[in-house]
Amino acid sequence: MADDKNRMGKVMNEQEKFEKRKKITKYVLITISVLFVFFMLVMPLFCIVSSSLKQGLGFYFKSVSSKYVVSALKVTLFATVIAVVINTFFGLCAAWVTTKFSFKGKQVLATLIDIPFSISPVIVGLAFLMTFGRLGWFYPVIRWFNSVFGANVRIAFAIPGVVLATIFVTFPFVSREIIPVLNAQGKDEEEAAALMGAGGFKIFFKITFPQIKWALIYGIILCTSRALGEFGAVNALSKTRGETFTLPLEIDALYMSGTENSITAAFAASSILVIIAVVVLVLRNILEYRAKKKGQEQAAS
Amino acid sequence: MKKIYKMQAVLLAACVFTGLAGCGREKSNIMTITNVSYDATREFYESYNEIFKSYYEEKYGEPVNVIQSHAGSGSQARSVVEGCNADVVTLALEHDISLIEKTGLVDSGWKQEYDNDSAPYTSTMVFLVRKGNEKNIKDWDDLIKDGVEVITPDPKSSGGACWNFLAALSYAREKYTDTAKQNEFIKKLYANVSVLDSGARGSATTFVENQKGDVLIAWENEAMMTVANYPGQYEIVTPSVSILAQPSVAVVDDNVKVNKSGQAAGEYLSYLYSENAQRLVADYGYRPSDEKILNEYSDKFNLNVKCTTINDFGGWDNAYKQYFDDGALFDKLCN
Amino acid sequence: MEETVKLKKAKKTRVIPGFKLTMGITVTMLSLIVLIPLASVMVYSLKLPPSEFIKLITKQNVVYAFTTSIVCSFIAAVINVIFGVILAWTLVKYDFPGKRILDGFIELPFALPTAVAGITLSKMYSDTGILGKPLAAIGIKVSYTHLGIIVALIFIGIPFVVRNVQPVLEKLDGQYEEAAYILGASPSKTFFKVILPELRPAILTGFGLAFARGIGEYGSVIYISGNSAKEHTQVVSYVIMQKLSYIDYASATAIALVMLVISFLLLFAINVIQMKQAKRTNNI
Repeated sequence: MADDKNRMGKVMNEQEKFEKRKKITKYVLITISVLFVFFMLVMPLFCIVSSSLKQGLGFYFKSVSSKYVVSALKVTLFATVIAVVINTFFGLCAAWVTTKFSFKGKQVLATLIDIPFSISPVIVGLAFLMTFGRLGWFYPVIRWFNSVFGANVRIAFAIPGVVLATIFVTFPFVSREIIPVLNAQGKDEEEAAALMGAGGFKIFFKITFPQIKWALIYGIILCTSRALGEFGAVNALSKTRGETFTLPLEIDALYMSGTENSITAAFAASSILVIIAVVVLVLRNILEYRAKKKGQEQAAS
Repeated sequence: MKKIYKMQAVLLAACVFTGLAGCGREKSNIMTITNVSYDATREFYESYNEIFKSYYEEKYGEPVNVIQSHAGSGSQARSVVEGCNADVVTLALEHDISLIEKTGLVDSGWKQEYDNDSAPYTSTMVFLVRKGNEKNIKDWDDLIKDGVEVITPDPKSSGGACWNFLAALSYAREKYTDTAKQNEFIKKLYANVSVLDSGARGSATTFVENQKGDVLIAWENEAMMTVANYPGQYEIVTPSVSILAQPSVAVVDDNVKVNKSGQAAGEYLSYLYSENAQRLVADYGYRPSDEKILNEYSDKFNLNVKCTTINDFGGWDNAYKQYFDDGALFDKLCN
Repeated sequence: MEETVKLKKAKKTRVIPGFKLTMGITVTMLSLIVLIPLASVMVYSLKLPPSEFIKLITKQNVVYAFTTSIVCSFIAAVINVIFGVILAWTLVKYDFPGKRILDGFIELPFALPTAVAGITLSKMYSDTGILGKPLAAIGIKVSYTHLGIIVALIFIGIPFVVRNVQPVLEKLDGQYEEAAYILGASPSKTFFKVILPELRPAILTGFGLAFARGIGEYGSVIYISGNSAKEHTQVVSYVIMQKLSYIDYASATAIALVMLVISFLLLFAINVIQMKQAKRTNNI
């Protein structure tokens, strides 16, 4: 009896110890996370916000509503929307192809899709200039097209170039987020559905989509954020302020003006990007929270 | 298989559409010219465009609009070569315009088109030091002393930095006849450089915003702007020897033909020589090419500096090969 | 004999529909947007005779730049993996006040233009900055050193790791841990023997992406690195920009080609690992 109790006590003790350790781990990890995020991410943000408000709210609103900033914001949003739509469409196709089928050269294809991640933005700009610029091989085609149709199509150093560069740098973002989830999931369910005679779109929307929904949203958010902030590649293709400049270029231009006012204005313009990013993230959080709650309710009933 | 072709057709159409959507930018009736310039002229042209617009409208009875583009001078020349639709170029180095000329975009003889070798304003290299000039910097000699931290951009990526290098070399040549000693001087100078930024504005930020270094070698107009923006915090020191930098201007003939903007572009450049514009030039810290107006501002500019020119170094092409090419003098002495 | 051929054929027919369509779209868009422009650059560098090519890319400053970029990116990526996994774990497994805000900050490095990030970081870590001052007091210099490059690369790389690990961790069944616990494994053992292997492909992907992105990074690095040839703080992108400033397309594209090959190999390795992992899970 006593022995039994002793053993019970020991187990309890161990259980307690275990719980305690778990708790300690939890707090240690939370502390590390918070500290890391604080020093690496919050501090720079804080720097930006405090710099942007250095000369008061009035100056802040004046600088974010200046003609150049507004024009740059429009260009940025235009390029971002197109890039996100095209890349989402592409990402779904690419993820479907690389996870649901096996074929020769699959790894090579997947790698080529990832290439834009790692290419120096300097090279991206150069690549588009060597294709569509005056020295590029596609330039005579544009010239010919313009002379035949009397149009004035320009790609490099115009909005289409900016859009193309933005699409390029965010190209793999959506597919990259979906592929690991689909890989982890396997393809048995889809195969079963196909054998039962379901069509491609039906399989996609009924089986695949619910599984990748969150990954897809993550992907879209990453794609949006990256498209908003792209600098290097667009920098090579867009040279005119108030016309083809995106917000990051405008920020750079303001900062490079070097006066105290313009530097403050540069940080004010940066804060627009930060605000957009925060709004997008809040939306995602709300959506996710609602979906999870709904899932729980369903599970409960 | 058919489906794929259909899809490709749709995609192609989508691409073309994107292209067209982009050029849907209304080319409204207002004549618009694009001025591709370099980093240090942002503020000057912002003001100049205003007086030019009213002048042009008064003279021709129609409005004109000017779009600006600024970046490093070399990369700006490259973007014009690669297809940026510039009507006029106003760059830091004559060499950069020669580059454009080589591709046929600018007609040869552009240098004779306007007065003073098509250089409506000039500038030179000076030192910017912190208030009080603690290290007591007076001339180039003081920059090679132990413990002096110098900030200048990288000649391998910045045009302004090349001028800095050549200005220092001019002083060395003045002081030492022996080439080995001249090289020794340059070597010591660059050993004191703590941050080699990629451009003149980057260096200015390092020096002013990040408070790094004791002395910044800078364009005279940039140094004046810093002093004006941060009153009471900085001082300008003019060395005994420096180099005359001649920023050049030219009409991009090929683009102007397509844009039908020849008249406005020509006016834009020739108006730079007008009295109004020359005064504006001086206000922004450039030295006016008009002697009379330059003398009016003699209290602003130190006119006693002995200035060498790029010709003393055998022209820009030669200078580049001799000093800045991979493995040339700069690499040998400074790395 | 005939049977095996048949079997092979049967294996080749694809059950799931949509192969041709999605393949067509993927390949077309990939070519139009990524491959054709890149090929235009490569054509330039391949015009060079091989001896000239080798000479251009083995110049001392180019080799130093590659070493700097690769070493700094690698260190930054390793640090990012450690903190990225901790962050993802904290965000998925624990509930605490402010969690959503923490979660929201992860994407910040993407949204911030790289130039703004670079400027801000170099200001913060310079000898007079908020973080640089205390660090300088204990003798650590960050801005204008290799350390600065690493800090910038950690900043831009962290979302890659967190956002790759997080979804997989969320999908991971709690049962594994419970089972391991019931079987008497300690928490650390559970983590390293049970959970980590499951996360490995995601971690490797995140590591590889952060690493690859770091090698090519330009905007956020150039302000904080000081770009000194003497101190070897020039990164590859910066050297390419140098060459371009002098319209030296040959050198620029030659270096670009080497970079492209490196990143292709790197990403290829990630994909092979990932697909092997996928096969394993599918076969079980």
